[in-house]
Amino acid sequence: MERAFAPAVAEIERYLATHQRKSLLRFITCGSVDDGKSTLIGRLLYESKLLFEDQLAALEADSRKMGTQGDGLDFALLLDGLTAEREQGITIDVAYRYFATDRRKYIVADTPGHEQYTRNMVTGASTADVAVLIVDARKGALTQTRRHSYLVSLLGIRKILVAVNKMDLVEYAEAPFRAITAEYGDFAARIGLDDVTFIPVSALKGDNVVAKSAQMPWHRGPTLMGYLESVAIDEERLQKAPFRLPVQWVNRPHHDFRGFAGTIASGTIHTGERVRVQPSGRESRVARIVTADGDLAQAIAGQSITLTLTDEIDISRGDLISTASAPPEVADQFEATIIWMADEPMLPGRPYLLKIGARTVNAQIGDLKYKVNVNSLEHVAAKTLALNEIGVCNLSLDHPVAFDVYKENRDTGGFIFIDRVSNNTVGAGLLEFALRRAHNIHIQALDLNKGVRAQLKGQKSCVLWLTGLSGAGKSTIANLVEKKLHALGRHTYLLDGDNIRHGLNKDLGFTDVDRVENIRRVAEVAKLMVDAGLIVITAFISPFRAERRMARELMDAGEFIEIFVDTPLAVAEQRDSKGLYKKARQGELKNFTGIDSPYEVPEQAEIHVETTRLAADAAADLIVRELGRRGVIGTVV
Amino acid sequence: MALTYLQRLEAESIHIIREVVAETDNPVMLYSIGKDSAVMLHLAIKAFFPARPPFPLLHVDTTWKFRDMYAFRDRRAAEVGMKLIVHVNPEGLAMNINPFTHGSAVHTDVMKTQGLRQALDKYGFDAAFGGARRDEEKSRAKERIFSFRSAQHRWDPKTQRPELWHLYNARKHKGESLRVFPLSNWTELDVWQYIHLQDIPIVPLYFARERPVVERDGTLIMVDDERMPLRDGEVPMLRKVRFRTLGCYPLTGAIESDADTLPAIVQEMLLAKTSERQGRVIDYDAAGSMEKKKVEGYF
Repeated sequence: MERAFAPAVAEIERYLATHQRKSLLRFITCGSVDDGKSTLIGRLLYESKLLFEDQLAALEADSRKMGTQGDGLDFALLLDGLTAEREQGITIDVAYRYFATDRRKYIVADTPGHEQYTRNMVTGASTADVAVLIVDARKGALTQTRRHSYLVSLLGIRKILVAVNKMDLVEYAEAPFRAITAEYGDFAARIGLDDVTFIPVSALKGDNVVAKSAQMPWHRGPTLMGYLESVAIDEERLQKAPFRLPVQWVNRPHHDFRGFAGTIASGTIHTGERVRVQPSGRESRVARIVTADGDLAQAIAGQSITLTLTDEIDISRGDLISTASAPPEVADQFEATIIWMADEPMLPGRPYLLKIGARTVNAQIGDLKYKVNVNSLEHVAAKTLALNEIGVCNLSLDHPVAFDVYKENRDTGGFIFIDRVSNNTVGAGLLEFALRRAHNIHIQALDLNKGVRAQLKGQKSCVLWLTGLSGAGKSTIANLVEKKLHALGRHTYLLDGDNIRHGLNKDLGFTDVDRVENIRRVAEVAKLMVDAGLIVITAFISPFRAERRMARELMDAGEFIEIFVDTPLAVAEQRDSKGLYKKARQGELKNFTGIDSPYEVPEQAEIHVETTRLAADAAADLIVRELGRRGVIGTVV
Repeated sequence: MALTYLQRLEAESIHIIREVVAETDNPVMLYSIGKDSAVMLHLAIKAFFPARPPFPLLHVDTTWKFRDMYAFRDRRAAEVGMKLIVHVNPEGLAMNINPFTHGSAVHTDVMKTQGLRQALDKYGFDAAFGGARRDEEKSRAKERIFSFRSAQHRWDPKTQRPELWHLYNARKHKGESLRVFPLSNWTELDVWQYIHLQDIPIVPLYFARERPVVERDGTLIMVDDERMPLRDGEVPMLRKVRFRTLGCYPLTGAIESDADTLPAIVQEMLLAKTSERQGRVIDYDAAGSMEKKKVEGYF
């Protein structure tokens, strides 16, 4: 920083010209709690002279107040941003840091080492080119190091740098370093990491961080910074892969321009090249590659561009444009690896939104094949995934999507799950391969349809979905409604606990997982019956909004009529016609809705029946009247 | 052939801006007139070229910006042909809230934090682009690019959505909103290099010129108009100064400088010994002050 202040403008222009050509490297740092990860990054910033004077002054003040290094600078304080973390002395989220050298700009994702924060590590790893694993020279590769290595390899990072830190505490001796190299090398090879570099460092003292250490002449490899400056960046590999452009936005400023905008996920494209649009399979040629800086003759992976085509073909957001010669696969059923990221467990059978590229579809997770113990890498049988657990399962989507397997392309093979009720991002996944049956099963278009069948019965088929607490009066009202409809000559069928739980669903209990599956089956059966032209009445507690919504979306518009049988918990408990509440209160019944399992009140029920104000018979009349108003029961003869 | 780091940052920001427009109902771009806003606006124009960006600009005004900023704002909005909405907190205006009598904390809270919330509610914007960068301040380093806000505009650092690959989740319930930061991964130096490379217009106050200033509590404050009360013995003097960040003129410290061209500014940056937020009086509170402000709804 102590340079003379007189360079001519030309010199600065030259400097700018050089620096504009810098490349960008993203890396993630992972380490166990006390391995000195934050110290290492702080040291990198310090050594590359990226700490400003006021930050240094603040760091000195903080170090005195909260530091753990006596009078020395505590570099870790530079990175642990949020107040809560600073007090606990641990990093609890992903923090991004930036520094630059003459060759490269660096984006560092600093992620915590604790097991409960697998979520954050996976997030940081998802965009990284390189992983820097920090190992304490005295302790060697711990369980956490192995877990981080597994996650890094799972997320597709190909280049690993193992920084064996705290060499100053083992007298800079070669033997402990060699022992770690040998042991970790074996492990890395087993999990498919084949590009691993080891460097002995002391983050605290600065050895082999930027400058070669005089204390360790036996180390002939690069310094940490030397490695980062020269390692190959993943984008070069991606440019050689087949061309993929997920369409983000269709740009139509006027009738003469129709452009397809997106960021190129891989490959290269030239004007005139033949392209295919998936999943539709339509083909055309690239007319122009449009950018605000002028048209391009070719564009490469990583660029955000707008394409126009020579033919008017139908393309919308979420489609994937590829070269015609190397199109991606299209499928709606997959095997995938899932990383669960929410406090609420993953429930097989529950529908989630799945976002891949610019496309969002409905996805149903099938039975888990296994989950992975991230410490031992063993496969363990499981029914659900909890926060930070990783498992493999089949996925079924409601629309086919174009994709590449994750190992080939992160951007066309990686996806997130979004909860349909909370809207949170609850998980991430990697597409492994398409299931063959997805290619072979085609939906049979039949000449006879439900409209024709229902017409014959003089009605519109639909589902009356009664939901409410146990003892609310659902079955009573449902029975009355069915009798009244029958008396009107309508064709109905009642599904309730008695005919479902004892037969079709007798294998299911009352855990959340089983409740979801119970409702899924009921909804599917109801759908078949609607297709048969019937008015289906269901009477199940169906406590979760997500499942009711799933049932609603199985049906066509107007077919799903949600009826909220609204009885306050106190009233239902007082009635307690089956004595269930008493048992639940005594702890004899687990997972009882309203007691130790939640009931999510409907937000958009078509019919709301308050049983404290309306007797069962009057409630049934109300429902039948409403069906008449909706034209479900046709003209009453 | 590798893209340069500026090309990659540019592509990432364009991707983010398009994603917001595709996935939200009524987005708006916060335009604070500074260099980061200038870059963000430039990227928005690129993202939708040859169409115009399909959203308006919003300036939450405190009435205490530099005169040069107002002139630049109106000229720029006209040039790019985008709608510009200016919102001033009417209650703050009625109470004559100003940085001199009420101090920077109250002024910022009423005119900026509350003003922003009012404007978002008034126009029903469900997503707002902001020019904040993660290198500015420690709590920003952990904020997501898509930052989710409750219906009360609060930020909860503990419930941030994970952001993997280039997949952003913009879904929300009615009343909830998103703040989106397309420049998250840019540093101050990146911004200047990009302005230089792309020849992006910026407010002249960034360039050194002789301006009337007084030295107050160790900070050089420009006497931009007659509303500035001078203390006993304070006489505005002409100094060659420029600004590294722009805000309300009474709260923005000038630095003495000869840098009157972009290369000179970049050169000064490279030799700088203090980070840019030092010029902002509002950051002088205790550690964690920005985090507190953000939890309450400050950008």
